[in-house]
Formats: sequence, C-alpha cells, structure tokens
Amino acid sequence: MDYIKAFLMGGLICAIAQILIDKTKLTPARILVTYVTLGAILRGLGVYKKLIDIGGAGATIPLLGFGNSLAQGVIKAVEKDGLIGVFTGGLTATAGGISAAVFFGYIFSLIFNSKTKK
Amino acid sequence: MERDVKKEQEYKNIAQKYEPKPALLKNVVMAFVVGGLISDIGQFFLNFYLSRGYSMQDANTLVSITMVFLGAFLTGIGVYDDIGKFAGAGSIVPITGFANSIVSPAMEFKREGFVFGAAAKMFTIAGPVIVYGVSTSIIIGLIYYFLK
Repeated sequence: MDYIKAFLMGGLICAIAQILIDKTKLTPARILVTYVTLGAILRGLGVYKKLIDIGGAGATIPLLGFGNSLAQGVIKAVEKDGLIGVFTGGLTATAGGISAAVFFGYIFSLIFNSKTKK
Repeated sequence: MERDVKKEQEYKNIAQKYEPKPALLKNVVMAFVVGGLISDIGQFFLNFYLSRGYSMQDANTLVSITMVFLGAFLTGIGVYDDIGKFAGAGSIVPITGFANSIVSPAMEFKREGFVFGAAAKMFTIAGPVIVYGVSTSIIIGLIYYFLK
C-alpha cells in the first residue's frame, strides 16, 4: 500500500512540475529552486509533514522533500539549542545528502565522460 | 464551395492552436509515471533501512544518500539523460535529478580543468538550490524563534 501512495504522491509532484515547465517560462533549474523553497515554506507552515505521512518516500524523494528537511532541521535545532539552531539546523539535517551529492557527483564526473553529442 | 475552403482554413488554424496539447498530456503522464517509479525505488530503500532498525530520520538520510549515488552513477553511464528525454520533470524533480544536475555539467566541463571546470560547474544548478533552500530555512527558523 505504501508503494501505491508513494507512486501517486511522487507522480503528482512531478506532474505539477511538468505542467509548470510546459505552460510557463520556468526552466528545469528554476523548478528545482522553486521546489526547494516551496518545500521549506510548506514545512514552516506545518503542511509538508502531512504530505509525508500520506505519501512517504513519494513526498521525501522529490526536491520539495529537501526543502522540508532543511526547514525541519532548523526548527528542531531552534527548539533544542535556541537561536544558534537557526544557522546550524538546516545543513546538519541535510549533511548526508549534500555530502553524498558533492562526493559521488565529483567521483562519477571524474570516472565517466559525457557522450559526444551529435 | 468557397465557404468550405474558408472553414477548412479556420479549422486548420484552430487545429494548429491546439496541437501542443496532446504533447502536454503525454509529457505530464510520463512525468507522473517516472516520478512515481523513482519515488517507489526510494520507498523500497526506506522500507529496507527501517527494517534494519534505523530511525525514521536516519533511514531518510540513508535513502537520500542511496538515491544520490544511483542518480550520479546512472548519469555517469549515460542512462539518466536517456530517461530524461521522455520523462521530463519526472526525472528532474526527484533527488536523483539533483545528482544528475551535478554530474552532468561536471563531466562536460572536465576538459576545462578540475577546479574551474569540473568542480565549479558541479554547482551550476545545485548551487542555486542550496542558496535558496538554506536561506529560506534560515528565515523560517528566525520567524519560528521569535514567534515561539
């Protein structure tokens, strides 16, 4: 059942992005920036937690989930450590994903070469 | 019969106007299906890590790392861009697409050097994502701190 929910939630989030790409002047890069910002705002409003309860990985895998993790990390750190948490919480919560992206991104770009474009 | 020719032209105009519509529907369906499938792969790993006894937070972090690895690897071997050709946003929006946005320009600009080529270009898209994500979260944190 959680696979069906994840499929529907993840699919819906991507379908909305596709409509935005096709119908507006938003480029894929702008979509990613918009989504991460929106995800953080939705977590700030307390909405995104509900989407994760419903959709599981379907809500955390899209980049909205990255924004959610940043905001959630900040909020939890503020509760625990006060004002300093504003600056430490976000990147602490997302350190694993960001470090992996930097490291694997760099390693695989060294190992592989881009296909020659026709 | 002149009227029919006129109507034909009119029909052609209308048809042309609505031509991109089926493409939109197809794009949206493909984005939905591929985005859904990538989410299911994430759900599979989430369930796996949870069954191994990791907390929800740790399991989510491990899923992110795993998906980033897969996205970077599939971009390296050239598969991810093939998926992207028909999947559109379905392959861009998931975290695997974030990894793709790092590896893809890094590979391409490698020949311009390992510092200002590969390492700098990695962040062409990832950089703005982190800038806006972190900045937004800090503003939210400040609001939360003062309203709490």
